Amino acid sequence: MSFIVDYNCFTPLGPDLQTTLGRLEEGVSGIQHFENSELLPFPYYAARLPEPVIHHPGFTRLENMLIRALAPVVERNPLSGKSLLLVSTTKGNIGAIAGGEAVQDAFLPVMAAKVARYFGFSETPWVLSNACVSGLLAVAVAGRMIDAGAYEHVYIVAGDEVTEFVLSGFAGFQALSSGPCRPYDKSRDGVTLGEAAAAVLVSNAGGLFRVAGNGAVNDANHISGPSRTGEGLYQSIRRALDEAQLSGPELDFISAHGTATEYNDEMEAIAFDRLGLNRVPVNSLKGYFGHTLGASGLLEAVISFESARKGILYPSLGFETSGVSREINVIRQPEKRPVKYFMKTASGFGGCNTAVIFENLN
Amino acid sequence: MNNTFYIQSYCEIRDGAIRLNGEEVFSAEAESFADFAKQAYHHFETGYPKFFKMDKLSKLAFLAASRLLTEGSNTALVFANRSASLDTDLVYQQSIGDKEAYYPSPAVFVYTLPNICLGEISIKYKLYSENGFFVFENFPAAFFPAYAHTLIRTGKADDVLCGWVEMLGEEYRALVYRVGKQGLMEHNEQNLNRWI
Repeated sequence: MSFIVDYNCFTPLGPDLQTTLGRLEEGVSGIQHFENSELLPFPYYAARLPEPVIHHPGFTRLENMLIRALAPVVERNPLSGKSLLLVSTTKGNIGAIAGGEAVQDAFLPVMAAKVARYFGFSETPWVLSNACVSGLLAVAVAGRMIDAGAYEHVYIVAGDEVTEFVLSGFAGFQALSSGPCRPYDKSRDGVTLGEAAAAVLVSNAGGLFRVAGNGAVNDANHISGPSRTGEGLYQSIRRALDEAQLSGPELDFISAHGTATEYNDEMEAIAFDRLGLNRVPVNSLKGYFGHTLGASGLLEAVISFESARKGILYPSLGFETSGVSREINVIRQPEKRPVKYFMKTASGFGGCNTAVIFENLN
Repeated sequence: MNNTFYIQSYCEIRDGAIRLNGEEVFSAEAESFADFAKQAYHHFETGYPKFFKMDKLSKLAFLAASRLLTEGSNTALVFANRSASLDTDLVYQQSIGDKEAYYPSPAVFVYTLPNICLGEISIKYKLYSENGFFVFENFPAAFFPAYAHTLIRTGKADDVLCGWVEMLGEEYRALVYRVGKQGLMEHNEQNLNRWI
């Protein structure tokens, strides 16, 4: 069995988990309006980290983010036994190719090796780059490797930045929101990008939560559009539920992907409906952090751990009126509720999906 | 429980040639990878026009996987390389680097994620299966058996298509193979190290 032992994050709401959570509980969003920005030739909304981010010279901005998120976890849980560093990112140091050359920093293994050396990991780190499910899939991968006995501890760190590269790409898709994103709402009109790093320690003993089940199944449908039937997400959740020996409605909440695009949120509502999860409270945390790409699944899992530990369901910021075709129980107000089982889901380009179910051991 | 798994079949693409289980099945004099891929597509009578809109990494992964896959199986895709999607990242960067000719193309941007090649393979072969794209400095001979076997043992997949698919400029190499409960050669780190 595999367990969540410790976790932390570095977000626009705060440089650590406690500050981030305090602001989130006040209903503060990290999303701001940017004009005359060097990153895009027109105004946009995004959740960007306050500068300066770089505290360790010799490391890139993103590497600093990863180090800041992981450092307290390593400090509290020094490396011991057979330990692996697993790094999740979609674009890594993509800003490094602005000059048009494939410079060393742009290679993900180079970035991961720098972070591994900083903390003193002896084994070659693994990098997972699987679009917007990367951060959450890492938890499933860590759990599987620990269950197999290959590692005793897997330190996961996930991070992505708001860059000219990704902003222009989402703008090219006409996918950027005209205001702060509003997941599942009738007036939602697109993604707000964000940047953050998150870290989680998964181990073979002890811990606050058990990784009870997981699945990561492809839609086999379209590379940039979600499946109309939610098939991949449906099957991912089905497999996670089967492994956790649950039927679904006993989940106390779902922290979903909720990017606030028309098609993603609709696809999720369809998948949840097919599984009879209509009454399970659901949030998307994108209204606080924006879509932090490869970090999002791990960051939202971290916030969900605190939600479960404290017994408070966090509202889905930006939601007023349902704008999806199926009944869905989106959380509007903070709600006190003891949490035993909860699920985190994510979906992304390439038709990928991931669902992980956690059991609260408190 | 059986703890031994085997390489059932394998396909290698490098230096203008495609080898299936060690036998050359196609080679071409080509000026570029793009040209080579087009000739291979026609040679194998692929009949899948979506191929032509794929980026080079997806074409490489698709050509190799197509020699080994059957439709609709519960075959997990576990792929890795060194350069992620950097080959296409550089193409996309050109479209935004010049402020006079700023034109971010969605058709290019979507391929700036390495796992898109897994999506392309899943669509063609109707694989509703486990996917994961990993990035390592070198061919990860320890990683593939460790992760692939876990997927089969836990019932998450019946078998696994493992693939090393490296693409940067005109440097390319694919080594894709199918792992299951019986086959040609035991799938372990020692054999992979001897093999590559």
